[in-house]
Amino acid sequence: MSQGDFERSLKEHGSSVYGERKRWLALRVDVPLLLLLLLLMAIGISVLFSASGQDFNYVKRQGVFMGIGLFAMLAVAQFDPRFIQRWAFVLYVGGIGLLIAVIFIGVGAKGAQRWLDLGFFRFQPSEVLKVAVPLMLSSYLAQRVLPPHFKHVVVALLLIGTPAILVGIQPDLGTALLIFAAGFFVLFLAGLGRAYLLGALFAGLSIAPIFWFYLLRDYQKTRILTLLDPQSDKLGAGWNIIQSTTAIGAGGSSGKGWMQGTQSQLDFLPESHTDFIIAVLSEEFGFTGVLCLLLVYLLIILRGMMISLNAQSMFGRLLAGSITLTFFVYVFVNMGMVSGILPVVGVPLPMVSYGGTSIVTLMLGFGMLMAVSKEKKRMGEQL
Amino acid sequence: MGERVKKSAAKQPARNRDRVSARRGSGARVRSIAPWRYWTMVVALFSLGVLALSHIAGLQVLPDVHQGFEFLQSQGKSRMLRTVAIPAYRGVITDRRGEPLAISTPVVSICANPQLLALDGDKLAMLARRLKLRVGDLKARIARYRNKEFMYLARQLTPPQAQAVLDLNIVGIFKREEYKRYYPAGEVAAQLVGFTGIDDRGQEGMELAFDSWLYGATGSKRVLKDRKGRVIKELQLIKSEKPGGNLALSIDLRLQYIAYRELKAAMKKFRAKSGSVVVLDVLTGEVLAMVNQPSFNPNDRSRLKVGSTRNRALTDLLEPGSVMKPLTMVAALESGKFHPNTVIDTSPGYLRIGRKTFVDHRNYGKLDLSGILAKSSQVGTTKIAMKLEPEAIRGVFDRVGLGQSPGTGFPGESAGLLPSKRRWRDVERATMAFGYGLAVTPLQLASAYAVLANDGIKKQASLLKISAAEGVLPGPEEQVIDKKIVASVRQMMKAVIGKEGTGTRAAIDTYEVAGKTGTSHKVGAGGYQQDRYVGLFAGMAPADKPRLVTVVVIDDPRGKDYYGGLVAAPVFAKVTAEALRLMSVAPLKAPEPKLVKGSTVKRGGDS
Repeated sequence: MSQGDFERSLKEHGSSVYGERKRWLALRVDVPLLLLLLLLMAIGISVLFSASGQDFNYVKRQGVFMGIGLFAMLAVAQFDPRFIQRWAFVLYVGGIGLLIAVIFIGVGAKGAQRWLDLGFFRFQPSEVLKVAVPLMLSSYLAQRVLPPHFKHVVVALLLIGTPAILVGIQPDLGTALLIFAAGFFVLFLAGLGRAYLLGALFAGLSIAPIFWFYLLRDYQKTRILTLLDPQSDKLGAGWNIIQSTTAIGAGGSSGKGWMQGTQSQLDFLPESHTDFIIAVLSEEFGFTGVLCLLLVYLLIILRGMMISLNAQSMFGRLLAGSITLTFFVYVFVNMGMVSGILPVVGVPLPMVSYGGTSIVTLMLGFGMLMAVSKEKKRMGEQL
Repeated sequence: MGERVKKSAAKQPARNRDRVSARRGSGARVRSIAPWRYWTMVVALFSLGVLALSHIAGLQVLPDVHQGFEFLQSQGKSRMLRTVAIPAYRGVITDRRGEPLAISTPVVSICANPQLLALDGDKLAMLARRLKLRVGDLKARIARYRNKEFMYLARQLTPPQAQAVLDLNIVGIFKREEYKRYYPAGEVAAQLVGFTGIDDRGQEGMELAFDSWLYGATGSKRVLKDRKGRVIKELQLIKSEKPGGNLALSIDLRLQYIAYRELKAAMKKFRAKSGSVVVLDVLTGEVLAMVNQPSFNPNDRSRLKVGSTRNRALTDLLEPGSVMKPLTMVAALESGKFHPNTVIDTSPGYLRIGRKTFVDHRNYGKLDLSGILAKSSQVGTTKIAMKLEPEAIRGVFDRVGLGQSPGTGFPGESAGLLPSKRRWRDVERATMAFGYGLAVTPLQLASAYAVLANDGIKKQASLLKISAAEGVLPGPEEQVIDKKIVASVRQMMKAVIGKEGTGTRAAIDTYEVAGKTGTSHKVGAGGYQQDRYVGLFAGMAPADKPRLVTVVVIDDPRGKDYYGGLVAAPVFAKVTAEALRLMSVAPLKAPEPKLVKGSTVKRGGDS
């Protein structure tokens, strides 16, 4: 499949959607969000094509997952949020079950056991938890008196902590932190008291040394240390950061042009098609390109916040808010990691980095956002 | 559920008590998220986003930032822009007539990046077959380099062989173009020509001595390389390479072959350990042939023995023995105390000097100087030496260049040893007179004889063909011995070849030759060894107007023959005869019809 073929098929797909405007309206879909996501996918696919060294296999697989993701999103969007709310527990427990399965029958790469081998592709259960945890928490807290009582906070923390720890021991600190962040957003939006917030801050500060000395593994510490001084270990842990900052800097303000980035095309950039793909974009499209991409992300996030604000149920508000904020964290952590202000924790750039599970889960999340957004209209019709 | 219900159902599980029915709650109660919570999150995350973005801006667009984009861009360039060397074509080494002795041919080395090699059984087997390796060996080698990014799979294949491998189109296999040195003369001129290493730089012999001249100047070009080191694009030529210069050696390959053949045959016949032959052009000082045994094949050095690479004619020292006697005669004549006709009584065939007794083979009685030389009489030579100034003989040796570097520039050439003494003991005066107590190389010996051959003029020996056009000029020359004295000594040396002499086997049918035999005891751990010898012959031809000096050294012959006159003189005769013919030197006398006579006799016998 050539690039042209792919774009054509995208167009065909698009036209079939637009061609049947009536059915389209019958579908419960948030059109601005859908358009923004399609734009993001187009950017993602073209950067991936360049980053993978013009490898159509990557583009093809990514395209397939984007298709699956779009389908999943549209499917989820059709559900009533209350239906989703009812299934939250099942999804959550199923996700935990898969995480436990990973411990026993998971397959690994580079020292981490994160995947379940399904034969045709490798499935990463921790990605599911990125959606399941905010879903479960929103479901749980929305049914409680808010702001939550202490015991509900404790239960919520257990609901967050269990998957976060299971993912953390894989070890996949980045995803664990994202899961934790997603859960925290729900709690925060649910009106967690200031006392809790201050307490959490102090608790966080006090367990940080314990974390550092007892829980973090050596390579994780090295990543944090190399952040402070990448030059200290040029060929080892610092290599990724040095190479990615070099590639970003080499782009300048307007970049070298699509598929012209020497650092990425000549293999100097590690993980150029996965976690570090923004360095490819930076090198080839320059600062302008980065700004454009960020603008798309920003619009998606604003749209998400609007959906959250306008949601009709507490569940919808919490779910939409936490999914959107988590998405924001995704983007920020990835950019921070690649530009060298955060440790390298393995967070992909949403919708752009190569990786099937990540895309499908993100799209599932956006499907829920759409479901929440349509709840309002339905309610409006009813009123 | 309202507060009322809660009271009445105090024992209900807490879970249910606080539970808000979604259906009723959302409709009945207005519960919303406090806006400040949104704003806090949005502002917090947005400022983090701005932080990341400003960092990226610092890397990409802001000028004058520490390690900003100017620095990063130059860093980026330094990663992929490489200056690579363009190997220059190494100069050809030829003999004096332009016959190639060392030439470079283009070859292709097959390299691999083991990390990119993904070989299944089929491809591996095919690759192994085309590389002429066993599959197991190839597998093991690739496995050994598994965590490297570069390895050689095969070096210096011929271009068609290499193409066959490259045609397999295996990812991670690429070529590197190189030159390989080929030595057409093989073992015949191996030590003199020397050889280069796999990097095309000289390691031995003339290849080493004139390495920078032959190597030329490497060029350089700027290329774009990826992380795996593959050249993606050639960007610009910085400096074009300068091919190395050619080098014409002084040797004549035809003569070299003859000398090598004869030496090798003699080595075998007399079961000698090693040997050398040097042929000098008397008029120019050029070395026309320089061969050594044992030798080696420079084209296949897999079974190279260190001893065989030595150019013994230039590096190995030996005590010359009796071949020095003609120079002792020069000292004798120069002193004015002796004339060619001076008769010395060598009776009774031995002479006691200090605690040593010098013995002749038999009592030769009264001998003139020619006779002493012809019989190689120790007693006669000693008697002459005793009458000369102590420094006189050493002075002659010194003037003809012994104990001094021959100045050919050959790596490892030896200067020899010519001891200088303030007080000479009688024994030392005597032994020096017949060539002990000093050490020379075969080339030095040949140069010394060349002075005798060239009317007393000393020339510097040259391993390069002397040619004004090529800028190779003859070295300085100097009259070191009187012409008449040299002529007299040459006359005496003819007698050595004569019927009464020790060197009859050096005689050539068509030319008159002059020379001297020598048989010296080898020095071992405990002094001179009684049964280990070096057999020598040094001579020149034609005797009256010499063109060539030939020195033959047969080291440690283990057969029953070991005298220089028996082991070395025949080699001298064959080599010199062929050489003179090759140089078109007119024969001074008609060849004796020996063969014709012999065949007549044979025919007579048949009938």
